[in-house]
Amino acid sequence: MPGVHSSKQYDLDLEAIRSKVLLMGGLVESQFHDSITCFRTGDIARAEQVIKGDEAVNKLEVSLDDTCSHLIVRRQPTANDLRTVMATVKVITDLERIGDEATKIARAAKSIQERGASTINHYETVRVIASSAGDMLHDALDAFARLDEKHATRLIAQDQLIDHEFRSIMRNLITFMMEDPRTISAALDTLWVAKAIERIGDHAKNIAEYVIFVVEGKDIRHTDYAATKLDNPA
Amino acid sequence: MYETVMSDSMNPSTSSDYPTNVGPDNNVSSLGGGDTAAPTVPTTISISGLNFFYGAFQGLKNINLEIREKKVTAFIGPSGCGKSTLLRTLNRMYDLYPGQRAEGQIMYGGRNILEPGQDVNMLRAKIGMVFQKPTPFPMSVYENIAFGVRLYENLPKGEMDERVEWALNKAALWNEVKDKLNKSGLSLSGGQQQRLCIARGVAVKPDVLLLDEPTSALDPISTAKIEELISELKEDYTITIVTHNMQQAARCSDYTAYMYLGELVEFGETDHIFMNPGKKETQDYITGRFG
Repeated sequence: MPGVHSSKQYDLDLEAIRSKVLLMGGLVESQFHDSITCFRTGDIARAEQVIKGDEAVNKLEVSLDDTCSHLIVRRQPTANDLRTVMATVKVITDLERIGDEATKIARAAKSIQERGASTINHYETVRVIASSAGDMLHDALDAFARLDEKHATRLIAQDQLIDHEFRSIMRNLITFMMEDPRTISAALDTLWVAKAIERIGDHAKNIAEYVIFVVEGKDIRHTDYAATKLDNPA
Repeated sequence: MYETVMSDSMNPSTSSDYPTNVGPDNNVSSLGGGDTAAPTVPTTISISGLNFFYGAFQGLKNINLEIREKKVTAFIGPSGCGKSTLLRTLNRMYDLYPGQRAEGQIMYGGRNILEPGQDVNMLRAKIGMVFQKPTPFPMSVYENIAFGVRLYENLPKGEMDERVEWALNKAALWNEVKDKLNKSGLSLSGGQQQRLCIARGVAVKPDVLLLDEPTSALDPISTAKIEELISELKEDYTITIVTHNMQQAARCSDYTAYMYLGELVEFGETDHIFMNPGKKETQDYITGRFG
């Protein structure tokens, strides 16, 4: 762990940013969780709450970006401080996108409910992928909070499972649509929800990659770092 | 990534014990102690096992370091860490003070400059120094430049005029002083005086410029001009700079050496040192932490 900064205010500034990012992370986690709940229950009121709640996520993004800019101009951070601020700016973007995906899921839930009875069990189709993505998001935020690069490395590898699950869902839904064209609207709604969940998995993976960047100073985006590291754990 | 460029600067007409070019076949060894710099860049000065003493007090402890050719090497560290001491060994400025001595090896031009029998005056022409406080001579701008040149070369007036203009151009000062070459060097502003000192150093065709906190006494605009000048000068000269301003080290230098209590803690490419230093002590210093 780093020692105490010679400027206490610098440490307070860094801590304030960290706290706010975790707050934003908690908020988008709730948004995702609530969006899946209303997809399951058909609760339109809850769906509308999620849609409205995206405003708070967006405001946090703007506020945090501004705070990070001010820290850079005042403190000219270097080394691990610089990597932390750069990673934070990127994490903020990924969190805001997760918020957007949760909103899409809520809108789809509302649309399906308003359309009425369906021949597809929408929720059951995405139950597994939703659970995996939710766990992955939670773990990614936890790894970022604790700067746990080992956990982050394991998470990066898990995104492949989510991608695999999405492809499986897509094949199933295509089968439904081919067998009965009346299911197309409902199937497409479910497909967009599955895609949104798959994207949330991608964003969680990005957050895990930034943890590696902060701790080890390596930019592992677009590499097979996780696979290589897990095969050769030394 | 790095070019091995032979210097094509004009050679002084007098003979010299020291070559004016340092070829790419200089021995470049990769060092321990955290040296992450590319081994293929030629070396101008190679320091090994350097120890320095102020009487009984040891100011430098077993320094091993390569100063790369036509690159800027910055020395950073807290006050008293030995940065300026190290700089002053490179051209034997410490000889001026009794009780100070250096042991070890500083290889320049194929010989150890710490050995007795060295022509230290010629050494100080080849390895020039600029100090924190500008030190123009109490002479005209023209004479400030010509004075040093006359010690080593016997130039007719026309050639001396050309040399003075060339040196002042090199220091990005010509346009500001060309109409007042006969005015006293002391009449210039602080930033101009410092550039005059750089021009004075450049006029005698050095290989290396040692800059000891060259902008500490200057305002931000003058500082920016000097930093711009450093980036131009490194095309022709090897430069070392001692600075307390870490952002300046990050902006201006290709290599950075972090020193503490007389020891070289870490040395490497500046981008690496400031983005992802190898040693925790280096990281603590550059981030302002003392843990």
